[in-house]
Amino acid sequence: MGDLKLPAIDYGALSPMLILFGVACVGVLAEAFLPRKSRNTVQLGLAFLAVAAAFVAVIVEHSTRKITIGGAVAVDGPTLFLQGAILVLGAVSLMLIGERSIERGPFVSQAAITVGSQKDLRQAGDQPGATEVYPLTVFALGGMLLFVAANDLLTMFVALEVFSLPLYLLCALARRRRLLSQEAALKYFLLGSYASAFFLFGVALIYGFSGGIGLGDVHAAVANPQRSQVLLYAGLAMVAIGLLFKAALAPFHVWTPDVYQGAPTPITALMAACTKVAAFGALLRILYVAFDGVRWDFQPVLGVIASLTMLVGAILAVTQTDMKRLLAYSSIANAGYLLVGVLALNKEGLSGTMFYLVAYGFSVLAAFGIITLVRDAEGEATHLSKWAGLGRKSPLFAAVFTFILLAFAGIPLTSGFTSKFAVFGAAVEGGQTWLVIFGVITSMLIAFPYLRVVVMLWLSEPGESTPTVSIPGFLTSAALAIGVLATIALGVVPAPLIDLTRDAAEFVR
Amino acid sequence: MTGFPFLSILTLLPLIGAVVVALIPRAKSELAKIVALGWSLLVLVLSVVMWIAFETQKGAPRFQFRESYAWIPSWDARFTFAADGIGLVMLMLIAILFPVVILASWHEVEESKRSAPTYFALLLAFEFTMIGVFAAADVFLFYVFFEIMLIPMYFIIGSFGGARRQYAAVKFFLYSLVGGLFMLAAVIGLWVVGGHTFDFAKLLGAAGGIDTNTARWIFLGFFIAFAIKAPFFPFHTWLPDAGGAAPAGAAALLVGVMDKVGTFGILRYCLPLFPEASRWFAPAALVLGVIGIIYAALLAVGQNDLKRLVSYTSIAHFGFIGIGIFAFTTQAGTGSVLYMVNHGLATGLLFIVVGMFVARRGSNLVSDFGGAGKLMPVLAGVLFFAGLASLALPGTAPFISEFLVLIGTRNSLMAYAVVATVGIILAAAYVLWMVQRTTQGTLNPALTEVPAMQKDITLREKIVVAPLILLLLLLGFYPKPVTDVINPAVQATLQDVGTTDPGPTAVATGKAR
Repeated sequence: MGDLKLPAIDYGALSPMLILFGVACVGVLAEAFLPRKSRNTVQLGLAFLAVAAAFVAVIVEHSTRKITIGGAVAVDGPTLFLQGAILVLGAVSLMLIGERSIERGPFVSQAAITVGSQKDLRQAGDQPGATEVYPLTVFALGGMLLFVAANDLLTMFVALEVFSLPLYLLCALARRRRLLSQEAALKYFLLGSYASAFFLFGVALIYGFSGGIGLGDVHAAVANPQRSQVLLYAGLAMVAIGLLFKAALAPFHVWTPDVYQGAPTPITALMAACTKVAAFGALLRILYVAFDGVRWDFQPVLGVIASLTMLVGAILAVTQTDMKRLLAYSSIANAGYLLVGVLALNKEGLSGTMFYLVAYGFSVLAAFGIITLVRDAEGEATHLSKWAGLGRKSPLFAAVFTFILLAFAGIPLTSGFTSKFAVFGAAVEGGQTWLVIFGVITSMLIAFPYLRVVVMLWLSEPGESTPTVSIPGFLTSAALAIGVLATIALGVVPAPLIDLTRDAAEFVR
Repeated sequence: MTGFPFLSILTLLPLIGAVVVALIPRAKSELAKIVALGWSLLVLVLSVVMWIAFETQKGAPRFQFRESYAWIPSWDARFTFAADGIGLVMLMLIAILFPVVILASWHEVEESKRSAPTYFALLLAFEFTMIGVFAAADVFLFYVFFEIMLIPMYFIIGSFGGARRQYAAVKFFLYSLVGGLFMLAAVIGLWVVGGHTFDFAKLLGAAGGIDTNTARWIFLGFFIAFAIKAPFFPFHTWLPDAGGAAPAGAAALLVGVMDKVGTFGILRYCLPLFPEASRWFAPAALVLGVIGIIYAALLAVGQNDLKRLVSYTSIAHFGFIGIGIFAFTTQAGTGSVLYMVNHGLATGLLFIVVGMFVARRGSNLVSDFGGAGKLMPVLAGVLFFAGLASLALPGTAPFISEFLVLIGTRNSLMAYAVVATVGIILAAAYVLWMVQRTTQGTLNPALTEVPAMQKDITLREKIVVAPLILLLLLLGFYPKPVTDVINPAVQATLQDVGTTDPGPTAVATGKAR
């Protein structure tokens, strides 16, 4: 028996993840030892500090292109770009999560108290929200960073669980409509577990096929198969199911509207922006690095899934009456457009998808940021009919929301247009013209629900029940400003970010 | 040619104006109106200077005032502006119509309880998108303007329009957006097959290498977008609703300027970039044009709503323009472009005058009028003149353009020309009948009870209609200054299409003179 040799570890390249996991652990300790009063400030500061430090580490490592820690983690262009994206979007989400000036924050104080009990009524009134959300969020972000960097399937699975479990918990912590929130968390957890199981089973099958779990091994085995192809295809399908679930692609999307609606809105924003980046980052890596050799086999299947997703998202968005559900279906449709970019399977597809992820993330954060502000006596007023005439009552917020909706609809001079252009252009280049035509048709369909909201905002008279728009605190204002400015900037002067994605669009194998 | 950046300044000027006007508080509505008017006059002055600077002598370059600034290098999308003769006359039309409409809309907002500065800021924002779309010489930039022009118009119709404004605004937006998205697919396709560039000049060079089938599909994407915008039958159903619901001034801009983007786009992008596809689709386009002329004219005859009626006449006129474009002769092409200008003036005038009637009566319906000429002889006379111009009476400008289109189509496409001529007769029917039912005959007793109906044309209204009437008469007798600008551009376009001109060019242009 030979000596057990430690693989070489490049701590610098891993530092963004190490920082986040380390600070998250410190956060757990802080939760235990700090007095209740100072916890919120300290935890919020710690979380921001962690994200900022990790972002600095990503920038320091910006030219690193290597596989480290025994082939488990690949730090390359896409990894660093997506990690940077997750960190920036995560920081903006943290601003929404950290908002405490509206109703003492969006989170419940003690989630374990029975809903409707005397104790619960007392805590609903005046108790400050749980501060565990900060370490949980940082753990989730750390898991996402690892997820997009994972270079073997087991690491990927571990990362998947690391970022999923905190999200399940976070979903259950809404201050208002607690039953809905708990139901959402349970649904997300159960379905998410199924998806994880599929993923894991798929990993086992692929291991059986290729004799290794590294993406490089799989690539080599695909190029030169030694065992039955059934293992390969079944394994790929199951791994894909796990990823498609996280990315909210049809037919694995059914959890999305319920979870988006039930979760505390800042957490919904975090999921819509960051989870999407992580899920598509991993999908890109698996398809481009490991299964490049069978692209002709999965391209049509995933093409059908992309079409289905766009169609389901667009059509069901038309029928929605709740703002958060509407945005959930819109995010499903957007996942379809992203998959169109992924399926281009060329460099433009990779850079276009990355651009889309960032652009969409900022817009969706701003959209959910607005939703946290529109409130009536029962908390957030998410029913569509309540938004009627909001343009008269608070023109500024209505204008911002209209702008974001126009971005979702893909009107030029917003990031929604440039990003759609980037993925569609790549897909035509990659010979997927039919997907682009399908994407264009569904864009027409989904423009209708957006437009309906715009009509409600501006062209309807405000009624008795029109909610007020709360004055946002500093953090929410900052998040909104960043989201909107990024949406404008990426629409008007997208060149710098496009160049950045192009420079980053090269996987190491 | 001067190095002065005319086009970028011309494009940005109204945008700055829009921001300035939007910032004026609501209490100072009068100030907002004056600033908006002044700003649009500034644009007019600059356009006139440009018109004078434009070179028309033989051998002058087709595209002038070219400017190009980097935008998205990795896609080769640039802020490129340039104007040929066709673009220049359209820019001139815009520059003339906007101050007229702003003055005509002076009291438009007061009844709706909405903010006047917003309305005039939206008008200026709309002018910005209009100038941009005609001045762009980069397909990406063109597409951007093509899409964002919807937004100010959507809010103008939706917030300041008449009874069915919500429905009309949404229908307008969705129709246009559908067209725009077809075009998006086509633009992406063109970018991929045309060598990863959006520069119009470079694309023109690469156009020959595009495979026939692909070119036809891409052509179709562009054509549907333009046909919806124009609108051609059967994509026209949004226009009567939008035109009927929009405030009269905005409706004048809608049909007078915005719809021209469709025909302009066909001339600028469809024909030169996809010559083979244009020839292949020409019969279908011609049939649509002829159907549009007859069908819209018939519907116009039956209309009881004044603004919808004018919208339908506009669809009929666009049938003529479409025929002229797809006849591929210099006379017909020049006639079409001239028609685009004249139609902007004539239908713009008609819409504005109809707006004056509607504002006084508080109703759009023809049947609510009757004998109004007895109360307001001058205004009724203006309506009559606008109607005559719109039916292309000789001596008014539209006659020359309609005539050019018909002789241009006559040689090669006799059948179409004959059917289109029926449209002229129908035009006489709908215009004269409308004028008769509103201003002639016995006085509708209900009118005497409306105080506003007792007041004939005001000084402001005279200033509004005077320039349009003068231009219609002037161009009716002496169109040479305009045709001189248009002709080289049309000839260059037809050269790109590669059709041999069946008619002797010299005779045609001679007639135009």
